[in-house]
Amino acid sequence: MSAGALPILQVVLPLIAAPLCVLLRRSGLAWAFTTLITWCLLAISILLLIRVMAGGVISYRLGGWAPPFGIEYRLDAVNCFVLLIICVIAAVVAPYMRQSVAREIPAPRHNIFYAVYLLALTGLLGITATGDAFNIYVFMEISSLASYVLIALGPSRQARTAAFQYLIVGTIGATFLLIGIGLLYTMTGTLNLADLSLRIREVSDMRPIYAALAFITIGVLVKLALFPVHIWLPNAYTQAPSAISAFLAASATKVGAYLLLRFIFTLFGVEFSFEQMPLMEILMPLSLIAILVGSIVAIFQNNLKRLFAYSSIGQIGYLALGISFGSTSGLTGAIVHTFNHAMMKGGIFLALGCLVFRAGSVDLSTLHGLGRRMPFTMAALIMGGLGLIGVPLTSGFVSKWYLVQAAIEADLWPVAVLILFGSLLALIYVGRIIEVAFFRPPPADLQAMREAPLQMLIPTWILIASSVYFGIHTDITVSVSERAAEVLLGTPS
Amino acid sequence: MEILTHFNYWAAIALAAIGLYAVIARQNMVKKLIGLSLFQTAVFLLFITTGKVAGGTAPILSPDYTLYSNPLPHVLILTAIVVSVSTLAVGLALTITIKRDYGTIEEDDIQAADAKGHGEEAGKT
Repeated sequence: MSAGALPILQVVLPLIAAPLCVLLRRSGLAWAFTTLITWCLLAISILLLIRVMAGGVISYRLGGWAPPFGIEYRLDAVNCFVLLIICVIAAVVAPYMRQSVAREIPAPRHNIFYAVYLLALTGLLGITATGDAFNIYVFMEISSLASYVLIALGPSRQARTAAFQYLIVGTIGATFLLIGIGLLYTMTGTLNLADLSLRIREVSDMRPIYAALAFITIGVLVKLALFPVHIWLPNAYTQAPSAISAFLAASATKVGAYLLLRFIFTLFGVEFSFEQMPLMEILMPLSLIAILVGSIVAIFQNNLKRLFAYSSIGQIGYLALGISFGSTSGLTGAIVHTFNHAMMKGGIFLALGCLVFRAGSVDLSTLHGLGRRMPFTMAALIMGGLGLIGVPLTSGFVSKWYLVQAAIEADLWPVAVLILFGSLLALIYVGRIIEVAFFRPPPADLQAMREAPLQMLIPTWILIASSVYFGIHTDITVSVSERAAEVLLGTPS
Repeated sequence: MEILTHFNYWAAIALAAIGLYAVIARQNMVKKLIGLSLFQTAVFLLFITTGKVAGGTAPILSPDYTLYSNPLPHVLILTAIVVSVSTLAVGLALTITIKRDYGTIEEDDIQAADAKGHGEEAGKT
């Protein structure tokens, strides 16, 4: 089997499956179909990654039109890795959704829910696979519109206001990206990313290109939810249905990180972004503030979903910090952390979904002594939390190791200290959960509480276990990340 | 008169600023959405006007003309308009559900209602 149509199948399969899903009126059927599709997508993404790691770049021409005039899907080590992350998360979350969704969303809407889930997936995969700047904008809006709907399906009425808030902020962000792409097009006359990266060199001292970098960076940062444009994230993650919180936390912001990498490194180039433009001076303080503010605010939250949403803001800070170094070890750290954080946060939000399923709430006050009633769920939560702290033998340790190494290489000792200080803050908020769940006596009426169903526990543990596995066996993730960092920093092909 | 040579940019920037201002300053959700649409439309205008070639005609192949405007921005913006309409539709749909749940579409009132709801929840536990 040749690489052939695999790149386009990766994106078109869920797009075609979504309307079919609406036609399958029965909830169970729609769920089974969605799960099947996500597993196919996972298989495709694994095949693609194997091919790219062996043979370099795969280029697919949409409709047979040759680039730079036609739309090109261009897969290298960077986006293949991100495709794999998204597909793993989607494939693990899909089986989990059956019971979680049945509990949280009214039955007549189930088929529509699964259809919109597939559309969100299409958008995220499309952004990652495409090599065309305008295509990125369109797919970004597909995934965003689908996410607004998914968040609005959350159980409480605040879900609707959270979705509206996200819609306003997200649309402004996407439109900023569109302005940036427009400026690039007027200066170079092309939209193909590879072609753009060559032509941009000829006009890189012109002011519209400066403006384009600024607009694109801000637009992408909104999607990434870096401080100070993170405002939509806590509400959205708190109010969304549990499975969707896990899916979005683990995949949507990762795609934002990918876009930032793609635009800064492949398109504008390191020299332009970091020497002509003060990107490092802007990104680094913002990410440090994100790490500190996100973690500190997380300490004071009582709603666990909100707590981990703020912790996500802190973790996104680490991602952006790795990018802001502009060095190989910094980028390796950022890309490894993209993968590791997807596994940890995905697992944590799935565990929180189990709590919602059994306890009906994720408020810290309802968790008293729950460690004894739901040992597997709470253990998953704590393992994920240890990963966020960066305890050795968890994958969080690996990413922090590379980030600290990058900070030391760049002679920025205070930054290295702040990275470690961020871990201490994580220790506090994870410690609070451990204290309440394991060391407080359970209230008398807790006898009835049972462990979450296996269909929800197994996906949770797959993500948590993989975050531990990749903390011990670092060679796979680190070698792919190093390769990706080299692709980004090397001469653009 | 240098300003006038690029008046299309000035118009787009002015419209975008008005739209953004409405999004930020208005409390009413429908007004926010109007501002958002205006902001997006301003960017479309910026895009489309860059496709104009001085003296060029509509890009229809004809032996009488040799100079055409660039049609690509028009095509791109056609797609972007579809995106913008869908965004507006989702936004308005959300506004309707919010009106049903809260009885208002003013952000102040919604925040007040949420704060009150939290207080009651805290009181129960």
